[in-house]
Amino acid sequence: MTMLHNLSIGELADRLAGRQISSVELTRHFLARIERLNPRLNALITLTAAEALAGAAAADRRLAAGERGRLLGIPLIHKDIFCTDGVRTSCGSRMLDNFIAPYDATVVTRLKSAGAVMLGKANMDEFAMGSSNETSYYGPVKNPWDTSKVPGGSSGGSAAAAAARLAAYTTGTDTGGSIRQPAALTGVTGVKPTYGRVSRYGMIAFASSLDQAGVLAASAADAAAVLQVMAGFDPKDSTSVDAPVPDYPALLDAPLKGLKIGLLREFFDGLEARNAALIKDALKVYTSLGADTMEVSLPHLPLSVPTYYVVAPAECSSNLSRFDGVRFGYRCPAPVDLNDLYKRSRGEGFGAEVKRRIMTGTYVLSAGYFDAYYLKAQKVRRLINDDFRAAFQKVDLVLGPTTPTPAFAIGAKIDDPVTMYLNDIYTIGANLAGLPGISVPCGLVDGLPMGLQLIGPHFSESRLLGAAHQFQRATAWHTKAPGGYE
Amino acid sequence: MANWDVVIGLEIHAQLATKSKIFSGSATAYGAPPNSQADLVDLAYPGVLPVLNAEAVRMAVKFGLAIGAVIARRSVFARKNYFYPDLPKGYQISQYEQPVVGKGSLNVVLDDGAVKTIGVTRAHLEEDAGKSLHEGLAHATGIDLNRAGTPLLEIVSEPDMRSAKEAVAYMKKVHTLVRYLEICDGNMQEGSFRCDANVSVRPRGEAKFGTRAEIKNLNSFRFVEKAIQYEVARQIELIESGGKVIQETRLYDSDKNETRSMRSKEEANDYRYFPDPDLLPVQIEETFIEAVRATLPELPDEKAARFARDFALSAYDAGVLCASRELGAYFEAVVQTLGAAHAKLAANWVMGELSSALNRDNLEITASRVPPAALSGLLARILDATISGKIAKDVFEAMWRDGKTADDIIETKGLKQITDTHAIEGVIDAVIAANPKQLADYRAGKDKLFGFFVGQVMKATEGKANPAQLNELLKAKLSGGKEPV
Repeated sequence: MTMLHNLSIGELADRLAGRQISSVELTRHFLARIERLNPRLNALITLTAAEALAGAAAADRRLAAGERGRLLGIPLIHKDIFCTDGVRTSCGSRMLDNFIAPYDATVVTRLKSAGAVMLGKANMDEFAMGSSNETSYYGPVKNPWDTSKVPGGSSGGSAAAAAARLAAYTTGTDTGGSIRQPAALTGVTGVKPTYGRVSRYGMIAFASSLDQAGVLAASAADAAAVLQVMAGFDPKDSTSVDAPVPDYPALLDAPLKGLKIGLLREFFDGLEARNAALIKDALKVYTSLGADTMEVSLPHLPLSVPTYYVVAPAECSSNLSRFDGVRFGYRCPAPVDLNDLYKRSRGEGFGAEVKRRIMTGTYVLSAGYFDAYYLKAQKVRRLINDDFRAAFQKVDLVLGPTTPTPAFAIGAKIDDPVTMYLNDIYTIGANLAGLPGISVPCGLVDGLPMGLQLIGPHFSESRLLGAAHQFQRATAWHTKAPGGYE
Repeated sequence: MANWDVVIGLEIHAQLATKSKIFSGSATAYGAPPNSQADLVDLAYPGVLPVLNAEAVRMAVKFGLAIGAVIARRSVFARKNYFYPDLPKGYQISQYEQPVVGKGSLNVVLDDGAVKTIGVTRAHLEEDAGKSLHEGLAHATGIDLNRAGTPLLEIVSEPDMRSAKEAVAYMKKVHTLVRYLEICDGNMQEGSFRCDANVSVRPRGEAKFGTRAEIKNLNSFRFVEKAIQYEVARQIELIESGGKVIQETRLYDSDKNETRSMRSKEEANDYRYFPDPDLLPVQIEETFIEAVRATLPELPDEKAARFARDFALSAYDAGVLCASRELGAYFEAVVQTLGAAHAKLAANWVMGELSSALNRDNLEITASRVPPAALSGLLARILDATISGKIAKDVFEAMWRDGKTADDIIETKGLKQITDTHAIEGVIDAVIAANPKQLADYRAGKDKLFGFFVGQVMKATEGKANPAQLNELLKAKLSGGKEPV
């Protein structure tokens, strides 16, 4: 019999509905796995076992009363960037190590009302700034496939937890690839929706114009079920879009015949042959499913990393100003005056990468530099957007690798920020253009998973999920679990 | 002073009279206990987001239309970044390069009656900060965030004013306008209406502006006038003694009546403005603008022109009566019962007795102890010669005090004017008989004694003799039936 943690969300929902298992049993199962496996991974930094069991019991009552729901009674783990009422919300930072959120993020509220059961909060790069989960105040997360390797970031805890099946699914956020890149490096499916599709309310801001919440799960079908609940307009977020949410699970099997897929030329420049071969294999799968493929070019895409590293730090330098030691979070001991309070609270509360970005962002917004950096970056951002728009005149979605390489060793890049930043070279474009993207496992290189990335036009999530789902029906990469976590 | 031109521009901050804050649902009422009107958004908790209050936009558009300004179809909120404990987010949300209201203008009437047009560069929406509290706290500073997030309309003028008096006239005009539009309560003590003044001087005839100093946070018309006067004198004295004005921010100390340097341009913050990614650009449709236009009341200038035309009032009188919507309404109510022909009488009383009584008791016109109907009742008694204008002033005082009608007071106090010729003649005869020496002197050419006789008759009649009749009869009696010499 398949172990509970390897069942899909649909199968779990069926068993819960059929009263073959209870939510409390399922929750206990995952809690036991966390207890046994998390010490090796450091994927969770806060465990909420008591609340989870109470939530599971409540879900069981709802199930007993005849209520049904795709996520009702099914356990998840939230990235610690989402505010959770009464539970520490650290954002991976010393700055918020003592911060108990007084409210729920909209994503949390939506999942909670659907009956989802939160097991705990996932480790992450500090304030979502990082690509390896090494910038966390709570220490690095280990990749379940090889604990000497990083799981990617910033949603590294969410990715490792999903890969190790510590929950049925996890939430994440993606500002420059923070869902897709760790999903690729840990062999899970990660969806970054269109900017505005999911509310940002209660999600601690890194770069407001780029941040988007999404999901990490074992399959596109599971991700579809979760996104269905997460997505939708929120009056509390002015940038959330008031457009109907399609029934993603119902649209997974829409035929791919005639679907035009563009192979992104720029994504293959310098890509190692073995990785490139996996993408070519994936393309063959799509051809066999009836899709037409052609090569497309996004000429400005190579500028996406420098553009991102102007826009994101600029916004973060302002977003993180509220952490001043006055109202919440870390306050330095015995400040002598106001400047001392600011300097030491922020100096001691923030880690090196966060400080680096705040300084970069402050610099690019400064008088005399604003035009050369911030304004120029905004112009390039528009050009990248135009490139995508032109590409989507020709094709329905574009395809390429999620990352240039599989997971790298912990410590290998942490002292070289530029090399680290280049890890996001394939994912950042979608954030700059606000497009939805998905990463699905597409093979192994040296025993480590690689991700296939699909990017579509705004609000094409159902098409992306459908394409990913049908790829997963034709392949088995997403069912491969890391050794010791089967 | 005579060799110098003064150049003044004002940045007026008008607190918009919305029920809730500009980006949160918290109430904006004044005077609540500290931090009782600050929610998670105002406190800038991690993860919260601003949502624009549409009412604030409507009010800004209303102002823009009232000054004939261009309404931006697309305006953008920007972040002004600086650290201060009363600024919870570490940035203020304001509008920078793309304000909601563009160029407009309004007219002010100067002391000599001349009309001057003052340009308005722009008006933009922004949020107010909280405030720091020091009283009663040892070794600590308290932060009250009730005011944080209160909507402000910052109205920036062109450097069009040439004296402190012009600046005050302009500020008063804007004050009148925002209250007419019901977008600001205009309460200056509570800080709902305040301004920063940019002041510079240049040698007369020079085209280039001098270096300006900005005087911050002036919250009364008197302070604006005095602060500017002080600052102008300071700058002239400085230049004439060989010094140079530096660009800086200054504070006005009303106790000492002086301005003091707060920070120089070099020490000024680099605010690192950039568009706020949490808020979409504000898109304003033509239909919205027209809907707002339809709600505009009769504006002060229109009303004053109508008063001058329909009631034959001077521009000055009409302007004073239109200084507030409520005052204009009061005046019109009086005229309505009295008749347009007597508008001047009504105007004199509203601007005279009524205004001084209101000032004395520190009351708003809407709280007047003599309502419009009561005042017209009083004025009607002057017109029908029941009482004289002089007696009417006493009656008015009694009305103000007791809240009774003019007729009640005239009746109970027996103040009805004596218009019976025989009765007045009787009193005159008695007065003349009692003052033979004065009569002889008068007849010998001491004309000034006429006033003495008037006074005596009025004294004897307790002021009730009809003045016109008295004059006529007295003249005849004093001249002894002969033509005066």
